[in-house]
Amino acid sequence: MSANKNTNTPKKSFLANSAVQSFLASIVCIVIGLLIGYIVLLLINSKGANDAILSILKNFLNYSSPATAKKYFGNTLVKAAPLLMCALSIQFCYQTGLFNIGAAGQYVAGAGACLFCALSFKLPWYLCLLAAIIAGGIFGIIVGFLKAYLNVNEVISGIMLNWMGLYSVNMLLAKVKETASPYTMTLASTNKAAIIPSLGLEKLFSNNKYVTIAIPLALIVAIVLKIVLSKTVFGYEIKATGLSKDAAKYSGMKEKKNIILTLFIGGALAGAGAAFLYLTGYEQWEVTQSSVPSMGFNGIAATFLGGLDPIGTIFASYFIQHITSGGAHLDKQIYPAQIADLISSIIIYLCGFAFIVKFIVNRKLNEKVSKLGYPPENKDNKDENEEGGKKE
Amino acid sequence: MILLLQYTLLFASVLTLVALGGCFSEHSGVINLGLEGIMVMGALGGALTLKYISPSTPKFLIIVSVMLVAIAVGMVYSMLLAFACINFKADQTLIGTALNILATALASIIAKSINVAEDPNNVSSTVQYVATKKALVVNFGSFQFNWFMLVAVLALIASYVVLYKTKFGLRLMACGEHPQAADSVGINVYTMRWAGVLISGLLAGLGGIVYITAGVGEWKFENGVAGFGFLALAVMIFGQWKPVNIGLAALLFGFFRALSNVYSGFDFLTTLNIPGSVYNMMPYIISLIVLAFTSANSRAPKAEGIPYDKGSR
Repeated sequence: MSANKNTNTPKKSFLANSAVQSFLASIVCIVIGLLIGYIVLLLINSKGANDAILSILKNFLNYSSPATAKKYFGNTLVKAAPLLMCALSIQFCYQTGLFNIGAAGQYVAGAGACLFCALSFKLPWYLCLLAAIIAGGIFGIIVGFLKAYLNVNEVISGIMLNWMGLYSVNMLLAKVKETASPYTMTLASTNKAAIIPSLGLEKLFSNNKYVTIAIPLALIVAIVLKIVLSKTVFGYEIKATGLSKDAAKYSGMKEKKNIILTLFIGGALAGAGAAFLYLTGYEQWEVTQSSVPSMGFNGIAATFLGGLDPIGTIFASYFIQHITSGGAHLDKQIYPAQIADLISSIIIYLCGFAFIVKFIVNRKLNEKVSKLGYPPENKDNKDENEEGGKKE
Repeated sequence: MILLLQYTLLFASVLTLVALGGCFSEHSGVINLGLEGIMVMGALGGALTLKYISPSTPKFLIIVSVMLVAIAVGMVYSMLLAFACINFKADQTLIGTALNILATALASIIAKSINVAEDPNNVSSTVQYVATKKALVVNFGSFQFNWFMLVAVLALIASYVVLYKTKFGLRLMACGEHPQAADSVGINVYTMRWAGVLISGLLAGLGGIVYITAGVGEWKFENGVAGFGFLALAVMIFGQWKPVNIGLAALLFGFFRALSNVYSGFDFLTTLNIPGSVYNMMPYIISLIVLAFTSANSRAPKAEGIPYDKGSR
């Protein structure tokens, strides 16, 4: 999956272009996901189902005044930035063949670290962000170390760390909570310097004060990751380790080091994602919460919907957050907001099929090409076939 | 102390059932990471049965019907995994994760819709079954015996017999070790893997209802089952994919999980003044440590996680 970047030679059919395939596959996943969501809405209450699915899709456009709509568009973006970071974390680790479900816990660790530094030590925002990156990274390293040296399944260790992270962060942040509520103190009242600066961005969104440079920063990170993965030796090693750990080891790459480093970066990304949300002051941490925030899990949907490509993930993250925020506009007396989670989980499920369909399409296309007697496919495409062979 | 024993046995029963489910699935060659989701769905099926069945129904009938519904729902839900991973060779980790998220969303939607239909002001995802839950337990003095404890023991014995003493079990394990060899002697690998996943759905669905009825007479479905499906996988790995070892491992994990429920009842534990969160974390910490020590030399089925394709021998 990682080698899905065939350079588009003129002789190949339009469908053979991997980006086109990924895009089409994602659209199909979205359409079926929405359709199933719509059917569930119909089952709950057939009268309001049309309006309900529309209000999920419209999200901020539900507000008729353009100024309010712009403000809520800003809110969606504020939450899309951390989602993008979590998705990038999972996406990056998946290149090494690791399923970083621990992103949820790394995100929690980042939230705990940045809020504690902001509220207890009164540090400025960039140091809080750094703390979040380190905390998330450490959580990642634990998973990576266990995987590389002790062969512990990264999904199971990730889940265990998610829960350990949740309970320890609850304990830690209980020290900086408001006396009368289970929420942490606000940044605005305690330490204004910890709020990520907006540099005037809020003016674009009807003075939405939560819109900060976190949003462009997340976009920059996505682009940097794209470059790292496609243009650097490190990116190549990561992908090689993902395709075949033993082959990577045989050709002199330090596969254990790469696994740990990848998970460190993955954890750091998720941790930074948490800082991008909590350091805007948009949300306070509830120290009595008993379930891991869904941001890390939604990141899985965004990653796979984005075709495992950092740039595709940008759009997919926005879409997932768009419908998640849209779910909040449902009439709670009739429809549960979880409809949005339902749609994103169905999208994840369908993405499992997307890969195999792509593989079959490619095989068919390759067969056609070899019958016509064209020269063998370029190297990238060969990688893809080898990977398919391994899967069988 | 009796309370601790009671909860240990209950949670051990849950872990045994679900871990055995994982064991069947993995012996057939499919990693079932969707156990958590299957538990939630089974729990929902069972909870709704408890909610709607009349408390005056004979106890035996209540227990049997709750079990059957939980089993049926769990098996149907596990088909989603079997279909995608066996027939379509989809990524098993991805599909399992999707099923976990889907289950919590779907269960909350169903529970909420039912609540709202009854009372428009009740938008919670809690299902209540206080009255009928009494049918599941028998009191011996202060020890509350739960029939599901017996079910877990029976499931353990049955699993042992099926896996090691029947043609079916040995064939199932062959499909997880070397599917090509199994196929060459006429075993249908796809059928066997379907059977493995369905059995895991059966046991996990059952485990789900046992888990949520362990506590008070209601359950909030928004919370899912708090990573219990994954704890069960840790139990399975610790038990080295062998039923008897799984039962023993489940007792150990069940003990630590029970401790977080009842630690406040022990004077010497309360005087230590450790925050409740630490006890809540215990099972996860223990399982991480245990995994670190047992995974390196794991006796996992060799072909687990690799989709089988007839074309490649």
